[in-house]
Amino acid sequence: MSDHLQPPGIPPHQAGGSRPGTDALVVLDKVNKHFGALHVLQDIDLTIARGEVVVVIGPSGSGKSTLCRTINRLETTDSGSITIDGRPLPQEGKELARLRADVGMVFQSFNLFAHKTVLENVTLGQVKVRKKGREEAESTARTLLDRVGVGAQADKYPAQLSGGQQQRVAIARALAMEPKLMLFDEPTSALDPEMINEVLEVMQQLARDGMTMVVVTHEMGFARSAANRVVFMADGRIVEEAQPEQFFSDPRSDRAKDFLSKILHH
Amino acid sequence: MNVLSDNFAMFREGFIGTVELTALSALLALVLGTLVAGFRVSPVPALRVFGTAWVTLLRNTPLVLLFLAVTLGLPALGLKGWDSFWLAVLALGCYTSAFICEAVRSGINAVPVGQAEAARSIGMTFRQTLTQIVLPQASRTAIPPVGSLLIALAKNTAIASGFNVVELGSVQKTLNAAAGYDIYVIFLWIALCYIIITFTISGLFRLLENRLAVAR
Repeated sequence: MSDHLQPPGIPPHQAGGSRPGTDALVVLDKVNKHFGALHVLQDIDLTIARGEVVVVIGPSGSGKSTLCRTINRLETTDSGSITIDGRPLPQEGKELARLRADVGMVFQSFNLFAHKTVLENVTLGQVKVRKKGREEAESTARTLLDRVGVGAQADKYPAQLSGGQQQRVAIARALAMEPKLMLFDEPTSALDPEMINEVLEVMQQLARDGMTMVVVTHEMGFARSAANRVVFMADGRIVEEAQPEQFFSDPRSDRAKDFLSKILHH
Repeated sequence: MNVLSDNFAMFREGFIGTVELTALSALLALVLGTLVAGFRVSPVPALRVFGTAWVTLLRNTPLVLLFLAVTLGLPALGLKGWDSFWLAVLALGCYTSAFICEAVRSGINAVPVGQAEAARSIGMTFRQTLTQIVLPQASRTAIPPVGSLLIALAKNTAIASGFNVVELGSVQKTLNAAAGYDIYVIFLWIALCYIIITFTISGLFRLLENRLAVAR
């Protein structure tokens, strides 16, 4: 993968870093969260523009997965506000469900519906949530499954697929809802090394197509090549935000320098 | 003189009575139990409280007391026109539903939490998540204990004979009173009838278990 930041097809509004407020899709304002005594998110301010790919990195326990999960309210927050497309996240209920349909989520452990076939996994949300007809849903599902390269597995159950295939189905399942935003919570962390790339390639393609993405990952190669911005978290805070080129070659904070020295040189 | 052939019509009526009582109570218990299990895991606090109260109350009341409360208490409270059979179904169904609820809930707890998270994250409501994703997977875990509970239910129906319902227990009472028959032989035939019913339930559940084991 080449290292250039602006693949063709991406609108130029992210050039020179994000310009907050221009076309913000997700805005986190002073978000705090505790797990008991542990202050996992501390005054998080983060704005994600439409079409932007934000990669969140940081040591384990830094709160990056929690941050990702608060955006579609799989985790509640203690204080602060989160708005998506100008609307604050509603309380648990029908309205939140509607909003979640617009926010795709890909999990570390895939979480494909174990009792449904691959095709059913991708059609279920379209039929039950988007109220599409079965035929239309199936044709959309098959197109998406072909796009992520698992079209031949449509009638199998998730357990019959490799991890990489399952994760690509999970991406197709999220895309089937035609989301405005995709959240990836360590999508390759549970995969064998040889399967990581097949998933990253799908994500690269998605980024090139202009999808707004928040990606929590340990894949620095992906951060370099696909991200518009890298957000570095440690101990529940955003320590540094920068374009990947700058972050990886010349991190400003000592915490980031320390982190990068541990993962990049050995 | 053979007690079975002499009184075959009575045995048949009793057997059918027990089967009907078991089947209808089981249906009520399964529907109510699953519903209350849904209440107990629901995000609505009032439903959770109701579910907990339902289980606590019915699970801890002796079945005979519950029969008394239903057959004497409910008509006194204004529930008229129900014959003793349907009151027995109500008592047995509600009683068993408390246990079914807990079996179903243990099944729900055995489904990885990521399954529900994935369902919610594609915009499914709580009800859709429960009925489409969680309960179908919970049933695999819940089916063996539910089978045992329905067998227990089949045997509990004998209590209904004390409340004017014609079933196997009442056959035994009538024939004992008729005298001239060996009590042990009466017991033997009635026990055999129960075995037929309980073995049928086990068989059905084994079949169900095998079917669900394949579908994955």
